[in-house]
Amino acid sequence: MDHAALISDLGTFLRPDQLLTSDEDCSVYAFDGTALLHQRPACVALPESREEISQLLVLCNQRGVPVVPRGSGTGLAGGSVPSQGGVALCLVRLNQILELDSANLVIVVQPGVLTQQIADAAQAAGLFYPPDPGSIKISTIGGNVANNSGGLRGLKYGVTRDYVMGLEVVLADGQVLETGNKCVKDVAGFTLKDLFIGSEGMLGVITKITLKLVPAPASKKTLLGLYDEMTQAAATVSAIIAQKIIPCTLEFLDRTTIECVEAHAGIGLPTDCEAVLLMEVDGHPAQVAEQAAQIEAIAREGGARSVRLAASDAEAQQLAAARRTAFSALARLAPTVVLEDVTVPRSELAAMVAYVQEVGQRHQVQVGTFGHFGDGNLHPTFLCDERDTEEMARVEKAMAEVFDHAVELGGTITGEHGVGLAKKPYLPGQLGPVGLEILKRVKTAFDPKGILNPGNMFD
Amino acid sequence: MSDDGLNLLRDLDYSILQQCMHCGMCLPTCPTYDATLNERSSPRGRIALMRAIADGELEAGVTFAEEMYFCLGCLACQTACPAGVDYAALFESARAEVERQGLLDGTVRNFVRRWILGWLFAKQTRLRAVARLLRAFQRSGLQTLARHSGLLRLLPFGLGNLEPLAPQISPRFTDQLYRRDLQQANPPAPRYRVALLAGCVQDISFAEVNADTICVLQHNGCQVLLPDGQACCGSLHAHNGAVEQAQQQARLNIDAFDTENLDAIVVNAGGCGLHCKHYDRLLADDPAYAKRAAVWSAKVKDVHEWLADIGLRQPRAAMPPQQVAYHESCHLKHGQRASAAPREVLQAVPNLQLVPLAEADWCCGSAGIYNITQPELSMQLLDRKMAHVCATGATAVATGNTGCAIQLQYGVRRAQAAVDVIHPVSLLAAAYRAENQGGTQCSTLA
Repeated sequence: MDHAALISDLGTFLRPDQLLTSDEDCSVYAFDGTALLHQRPACVALPESREEISQLLVLCNQRGVPVVPRGSGTGLAGGSVPSQGGVALCLVRLNQILELDSANLVIVVQPGVLTQQIADAAQAAGLFYPPDPGSIKISTIGGNVANNSGGLRGLKYGVTRDYVMGLEVVLADGQVLETGNKCVKDVAGFTLKDLFIGSEGMLGVITKITLKLVPAPASKKTLLGLYDEMTQAAATVSAIIAQKIIPCTLEFLDRTTIECVEAHAGIGLPTDCEAVLLMEVDGHPAQVAEQAAQIEAIAREGGARSVRLAASDAEAQQLAAARRTAFSALARLAPTVVLEDVTVPRSELAAMVAYVQEVGQRHQVQVGTFGHFGDGNLHPTFLCDERDTEEMARVEKAMAEVFDHAVELGGTITGEHGVGLAKKPYLPGQLGPVGLEILKRVKTAFDPKGILNPGNMFD
Repeated sequence: MSDDGLNLLRDLDYSILQQCMHCGMCLPTCPTYDATLNERSSPRGRIALMRAIADGELEAGVTFAEEMYFCLGCLACQTACPAGVDYAALFESARAEVERQGLLDGTVRNFVRRWILGWLFAKQTRLRAVARLLRAFQRSGLQTLARHSGLLRLLPFGLGNLEPLAPQISPRFTDQLYRRDLQQANPPAPRYRVALLAGCVQDISFAEVNADTICVLQHNGCQVLLPDGQACCGSLHAHNGAVEQAQQQARLNIDAFDTENLDAIVVNAGGCGLHCKHYDRLLADDPAYAKRAAVWSAKVKDVHEWLADIGLRQPRAAMPPQQVAYHESCHLKHGQRASAAPREVLQAVPNLQLVPLAEADWCCGSAGIYNITQPELSMQLLDRKMAHVCATGATAVATGNTGCAIQLQYGVRRAQAAVDVIHPVSLLAAAYRAENQGGTQCSTLA
């Protein structure tokens, strides 16, 4: 591939500060938030308009140059790791909130807007944007849409998909597709927007997003339950769901994770219990008070050593913020942290958690587990050292077994991080030959030359 | 890579580099990433560059060197980092490697570095001598003349642009104030025996802050010593890649202080305090000093932290009402993790209302000598800070670091704002003095 000619062509419409080519720049865009994956691009493009993106794609499509879109590079499955020698298309400069339409309860944004900024803008208007991935403070909404990101509130409020009403997408050949709008109902043709949600940058480059907002809940209460056994915590979750209570958050941390989070946040989390449940209910004050009392009673019956109500909003926020750092905090214990994202039907949670612990012991790998108990989404995190090849081989084995078991239980290899490069080998087992074939046909329909994030998700 | 096969980044404990798992949580807290949206100018990007150099995948060149000096070293990333990456250690090693390889060498730069780091700040007697000359200049009316006449523009190397940043020189330096007024005000039966690190610029330009610090400590049962022979703590040197000179400054101070017989070494500048707490690391490989440095580091306390530790006595005087905003020194907040203690000091002042300051812990752009080396971004950050300060309506902004104070004073002049820049301890000292009118303890300063 002739990089010099490509860069020279891109330079006709991108300024030098929008087209980075030095070794230094290419090496800092060679990775995302995923462990172990590095691929150096030939250049990094920082477009500031849809037109520039369109021009860039026309050029790369003609030349057959791979393009991998990314936002802040916080992906956890390698979906935004650039192709070796390709273009890293960084969308962070498209960072304007275009419109907050209170009459229609929507917000229209560019893809580089940070998720937190959307949450803040909604809150300032008395509205609520619920999806809150762990990296909310830095993740971009474009990345959230491309990965259909979840978060701590999936149980009650769903995930990013449930809030995307419309998209503007630049296709691989440079054409601009608009799909969806501000209408609640719209059945004119296939719902193409849904194809781009979770597409991991393989079908097009999202340049504008219309998101649904909901009224902000009038009140909320946060409870913290401490357990001496993980199974007691899992049983509490099952009992809450069985009583037809849908909290907005039901998070858990195991002992290893609690210790790390406390070391970072220093907010007084107990480090001598085996599991912590973080539970939040929101809605009408009367209902919230009733549900909080019910949950407290269920947790006590379920064997909680103690159940405590957060004293203030500030404390509740502190707890949620601390929980969001769990993954990164685990890096305190080991140089390499390999994070997984298996999800199982909620009825299988206790079995899955026990299995993860058993696998860790069998392969002598240290595992910290945390996640979204309420929606069955677990994050077993393998603590290892990438320089120890023997240990890494054991981690590989343990991971494969965890994936297989999740699928056996009727679950999925990834609940919210995506397939990317990291889970690509496990996708055929999850989807089967027909499912995989259809994915490939969809890909070909949108991107016949295969320039968008090639080699991601499947070959 | 340099041909001698050495590489300070490679010699560094690799686990510190590896600790970064590039999650990106640091990015939104980094002022240089915020300004550029360029990954290279983020903590995660900088660590990736250091690691690539340590791994031999990238050669340290001018781009790397400039990036390391574009970093403010504010350490906001350390507070944000869930993984606990020791960015300060990485940053100092990276700058040291830049200097070792001479990546930014130039006649002017080398000359300025040699004279400022190697000579002027090496001995406090030299800095005081220069400060006396500067004080004469400031008092003579020549300063006003020079400012109005445009003569400053004629100075070489753009030095004229620095003049507005230069702080006023104090009428008396710390040791003069101490001997004249303060030494005899030490409590007769002290609960603690502490020594003050008077600092370098603090000593010549904010001597009254040192006096106020001594006064506050004395009012809280401390006998305060001011050891002779102390010098600049060396943070200026360490943050600018001059490790050996930084080690020399540390040795000077360790020799000057009778550390074994002190309860604390009190520092009232956030940046200096953080650096002093790291003497143990700085001298870990020095057999003659490693042990003493460890004892030293364990005893270094930021003044607010120390007051919180020993239990601050509430002043009894009735004070006039005042609204004060608190700007957090980066190295106090992110380096020393002291955020509540300075606010406790302020709230102990009777009738003082602490008003919330937006982005209180966002760097003001001072960052050691960043306002000299990177004036453009430094002034952007200062304007942002001043906009927030002015929006509070406070009559004073308090801050616990010399560099911040100088920068904010300049910001006040730039913004033509009616805001005092003051050290929290000075506000507290005023309250103690008010209750003690006519008493013997730390009388009003002339």
